Amino acid sequence: MIAASPLPFHLKGAGVSRGGKQVLKDITASFEANPPKTVIIGPNGAGKSLLLQLCHGLFPADSGVIEWSSNRDFRAPSKAQAMVFQRPVLFRRSVITNVILALKIAGFSKAEWRDRAAGVLRRTGLSRYAATPARSLSFGEQQRLALARALAVEPKLLFLDEPTASLDPAAAHLVECLIEEAAAGGVKIIMTSHDLNQTRRLADETIFMHRGRIKERAPADRFFASPENDLAQAFINGELLWWRRRSIFSGVDGDGASCEGMDEEV
Amino acid sequence: MDVIWQAVLAALSMLLTLDERLMEVILLSLEVSLTALLIASLIGLPIAACLALTRFPGRKTILVLFNAMMGLPPVVVGLVVYLLLSRSGPFGVFNLLFTPTAMIIAQVVLVTPIIVSLSRESLETMRHEYHDTLRSMGAAPAQAISILVWDGRFTLATAHLAGFGRAVAEVGAVMIVGGNIDHMTRVMTTAIALEASKGDLVVALGLGIVLVALSLAVNVLVYGLRSMGEARAAS
Repeated sequence: MIAASPLPFHLKGAGVSRGGKQVLKDITASFEANPPKTVIIGPNGAGKSLLLQLCHGLFPADSGVIEWSSNRDFRAPSKAQAMVFQRPVLFRRSVITNVILALKIAGFSKAEWRDRAAGVLRRTGLSRYAATPARSLSFGEQQRLALARALAVEPKLLFLDEPTASLDPAAAHLVECLIEEAAAGGVKIIMTSHDLNQTRRLADETIFMHRGRIKERAPADRFFASPENDLAQAFINGELLWWRRRSIFSGVDGDGASCEGMDEEV
Repeated sequence: MDVIWQAVLAALSMLLTLDERLMEVILLSLEVSLTALLIASLIGLPIAACLALTRFPGRKTILVLFNAMMGLPPVVVGLVVYLLLSRSGPFGVFNLLFTPTAMIIAQVVLVTPIIVSLSRESLETMRHEYHDTLRSMGAAPAQAISILVWDGRFTLATAHLAGFGRAVAEVGAVMIVGGNIDHMTRVMTTAIALEASKGDLVVALGLGIVLVALSLAVNVLVYGLRSMGEARAAS
């Protein structure tokens, strides 16, 4: 079963509040199948993960709207999209059953489960662990399984929240290869990353977020060559945004920053 | 001291020779408590699932009530069931008092809160963990529940063992509603109480050994299940 594509989808003035605080503010953006890979970057607390989850349809926007091509009303995530969470939750089952459950939920016919699951495990290099309890895998393997589980349902749109966070370089490389492969296969990727080198490698388009807003959105090569937003400039130069902001306000040179500023809300 | 040792030896030989009188009592005990457990599970699990997976006004109150009911004194439960089933009570027409059925009813009342509270806790923890993932995949409520129950099966089994332990070791309720009638409603706990007061230590001790062994076995099972569950959940 292949569900209708949710692409393109549009956010119109979307905002999200958590605990009385606006954490996503007035986001207006459209996402289409091209460019294939969009990477969202920004400091911690910028709202990257939340934006992904909102676009995925995990919860409704508190203000504004989000419209997918497949369904205009908010109900539940469309089955033509999938998401890999920052800390993927694997079922307490074998590796292959994890994939089969995803296929079952997505509505694939029973006759297809085994073959599809075996196929995606082969692609992700997990075939020999098929019968192993999923939670006994190493961290990198678990991340790959989460990706396999998401890819198995043949999504048109795939959200990845920090897919290589806390993976060692080899494991991260494997995950990046899988992402490239999926994108080459026509899956639209929207992912977050805190790793600028990874963003340079993967991104076709970059979105820079800060304090719940999209500050800049540009093709990746242009973004890294010369970001227009001053905060984005500081960010890709590896500066810490919390004192950058303060030094702009106080007119003090950045080097004068001390750890006092840590208390400041970021 | 000698008397006690003799009693212990006699009790062990009764057990080893599968003494008919003893076996009758043991089998009835198991029959009553296992049936009560089954019924309590059929009632308790849906309630637990409902409390764990839905939110409605008054839910907190119900949670507290079920938690409090885990500690209901068996004697009082027995008394209330006795009143309900007695000739002049609302269910007197069914003639259930002093039958194994009455004992099962009383134990269902005792065990259900345990099944509800412990299962609810386990399902709620699982739900918290799985919620976003299941929602992201687009699981229908029925699919979500079946996944949660299956993945939580070890802790759910633990809840059932705790319920069984309470039922089989309880004396107050079955004594009142069953009446401890020989060949009819005599179970291990009531038999021990009677034989001990008669001074027949041999039978009392024999049954006592079986009860202790049973509760030991239950605890070993709980431990085993828990470590099996943890091995599965290890991440």
